[in-house]
Amino acid sequence: MSTTTATHHDDHAHDSHGHPTGLMRWVKSTNHKDIGTMYLWFSFAMFLFAGAMAMGIRAELFQPGLQFVQPETFNQLTTLHGLIMIFGAIMPAFVGFANWQVPLMIGAPDMAFPRLNNMSFWLLIPAAILLIASIFVPGGAVAGGWTMYPPLSVQGGMSVDMSVFALHILGVSSIVGSINIITTIFNMRAPGMTLMKMPMFVWTWLITAYLLIAAMPVLAGALTMLITDRHFGTHFFNAAGGGDPVLFQHVFWFFGHPEVYIMILPAFGILSTIIPTFARKPLFGYASMVYATAAIAVLSFVVWAHHMFTTGMPVAGQLFFMYSTMLISVPTGVKVFNWLATMWKGSMTFETPMLFSIAVVFLFTIGGFSGLVCAILPVDIQLQDTYYVVAHFHYVLFSGAAMAIMGGVYYWLPKWTGHMYDEKLGKWHFWLTTIAFNVTFFPMHFTGLAGMPRRIPDYSQQFAEFNMISSLGAFALGLSQLLFLYVVIKCIRGGEKATNQVWEGAHGLEWTVASPAPFHTFETPPQVK
Amino acid sequence: MSQNTKNYYLPGPSFWPLIASISLFLLAGGFTMVLNKIAMGTPLMIAGGLALAYLLFGWFKEVIGESVGKLYNQQVDKSFRWGMGWFIFSEVMFFFGFFGALFYTRSVSLPWLADAQLLWPGFAATWPSAGPGLTEAFTPMGPWGLPAINTLLLLTSGATLTWAHWGLMKDNRKQLTIGLILTIALGVLFLYLQMHEYAEAGFTIKTGIYGATFYMLTGFHGLHVTMGAIMLSIILFRVLKGHFNAHDHFGFEAVAWYWHFVDVVWLFLFIFVYWL
Repeated sequence: MSTTTATHHDDHAHDSHGHPTGLMRWVKSTNHKDIGTMYLWFSFAMFLFAGAMAMGIRAELFQPGLQFVQPETFNQLTTLHGLIMIFGAIMPAFVGFANWQVPLMIGAPDMAFPRLNNMSFWLLIPAAILLIASIFVPGGAVAGGWTMYPPLSVQGGMSVDMSVFALHILGVSSIVGSINIITTIFNMRAPGMTLMKMPMFVWTWLITAYLLIAAMPVLAGALTMLITDRHFGTHFFNAAGGGDPVLFQHVFWFFGHPEVYIMILPAFGILSTIIPTFARKPLFGYASMVYATAAIAVLSFVVWAHHMFTTGMPVAGQLFFMYSTMLISVPTGVKVFNWLATMWKGSMTFETPMLFSIAVVFLFTIGGFSGLVCAILPVDIQLQDTYYVVAHFHYVLFSGAAMAIMGGVYYWLPKWTGHMYDEKLGKWHFWLTTIAFNVTFFPMHFTGLAGMPRRIPDYSQQFAEFNMISSLGAFALGLSQLLFLYVVIKCIRGGEKATNQVWEGAHGLEWTVASPAPFHTFETPPQVK
Repeated sequence: MSQNTKNYYLPGPSFWPLIASISLFLLAGGFTMVLNKIAMGTPLMIAGGLALAYLLFGWFKEVIGESVGKLYNQQVDKSFRWGMGWFIFSEVMFFFGFFGALFYTRSVSLPWLADAQLLWPGFAATWPSAGPGLTEAFTPMGPWGLPAINTLLLLTSGATLTWAHWGLMKDNRKQLTIGLILTIALGVLFLYLQMHEYAEAGFTIKTGIYGATFYMLTGFHGLHVTMGAIMLSIILFRVLKGHFNAHDHFGFEAVAWYWHFVDVVWLFLFIFVYWL
């Protein structure tokens, strides 16, 4: 076959034909950079949309009593905020990074399956439409929490069906996207780039892709059982028929716990890229970083029931899941140690991406520690469904995943647009975000420990001050993201010309191509030493 | 590798992804409406199904055209192998979820229900069980009638498919064609007997957790056999058109992998759903 490819080399036609312009450039795209850009913009739009819902939640919680929304609406806000942030904002943002950076980092001309790549993106649109449209159907959007536990989700209205099918479609998108990433990484690396020479970001995405193809089909199974219980008379989650509502929780969290690592491992990859650049030192403990990532991924499949300590489980099971959960802090600790050791005696500068990265190391560690607190069985029985849990997962998901995404955007924006972003405004965005984030979520540790339950629109008087502080912080946090939007648009429209290397300490194949990265890169694979 | 890396195949702009998106949107939206008894649902689902059929036909036609047009090389071939392999893995995980539900029910939730005597006094955890709240009697499905015959059929079809593959490797087109026809025939016979089994079954999907797990697992397996049989038929059609040769036939192999995967799932079904 290799003989024939030589003769047909010129048939690789789309170069000579050029590519469509205007809307069709995006709709018909088979270019990893364009698809990455679409993913990132989609994610940002969903981030603002779900963020606006969070503003609604915090407005209601500004004072005790019912002010703005009815309890049903409040429950819809918390549920959709969670679903859209997870599946619409965080996950697509990381896939956007993967699209842009993985082929550039491994010296490939594109993803392995460019058309399927575009399909993964375009499947997000119907899913988003279904989720958002579900607000307007009779009965309103899903209101039982993003985990959609039965029996509430079995009893809910039409919006449950819409959300379930939205998640099915998102699952197809994630599985196809992950297969694409795995194939790209294993089969499209430039000659000489062995697995242990791959940039850390590529490693974290490889492992994340495995988590996705193992976890998403299980979610699809759980959701399918939900649909048949709702409409076809099965008794999976009904004790009268021999089923069990807790069965859903087991199947859901078998997906759900790997899911939280799906949302943080690529963030670790971004940190492991940014910190060495601005510390001007190679990443400390590269091999241990790879093994730690793999260890986290493996462990993520044997800890799921720590989300269910209060739903009834034999003590042996509770103890197993407590200890296995605590084990995860070992590889995570390896990572934090390596980042600190990378910075140690480095020649550090503090541009916006580095500020975000340092903040993530610090704040994610707080979130990790509060996670460890939640893992302690007797303590968790107190903390289950309180604001302590809300504080915990926002410290890992906002100041972990979302802020790593922001740092990554600032870091690669010059490569994507060809312009430097406005450093001064970037720093403003960083400080506003970090301070407002902590003002919002730090008090929730206290309200949670004092017993304030989550997902309730009203609360007793003694929580009033802390909630008012949280709400003020949340409004500031929301508003500062508009500054982010402004900085990004300003950078796209112009600014100081970026060099190819962009950052003095940046290393890797992506910094050898022009800024902005040309439409096609590495059509002839580079030789990696 | 170095010889081929110059020749990555990068497809040009394509409309198929958008059509995939539209067809799934119509199917999901239409199905939601059907489930909630909104009249518009059925036409939307039909439109979605037609769009999906058009998509699968058109996209695969394009890919087959590229393959036959020798646009692919070893590199692309390898990508397809990785892709198909991990796709099958994701399917394994899909079935794993349902098997997990079956094991959990049998070894955890039913014994617990029996222990909690306050709820349903006198309920004993036996298998098969339709749970404590449903009282109508039902006849469970035993393993040694149709299911055993079906096991033999599927195992034989795996053998005939391998025999067809040997034919392809030896450039014996007749053996290849006969092997494929036999495999498809066995698959269709399996599906026919499976439908017969459903029609004769002494219980329905509503018969508690036993009916739910039975029909969900065997139903999704049957769906996969159907898809596998359709894929095999397309391969047969391509063989008759003269596609594939002894060195270059990943399309055939991919479908064969899929067929063997469906076979293995059946063995687990036979053991855990019908037998034990």
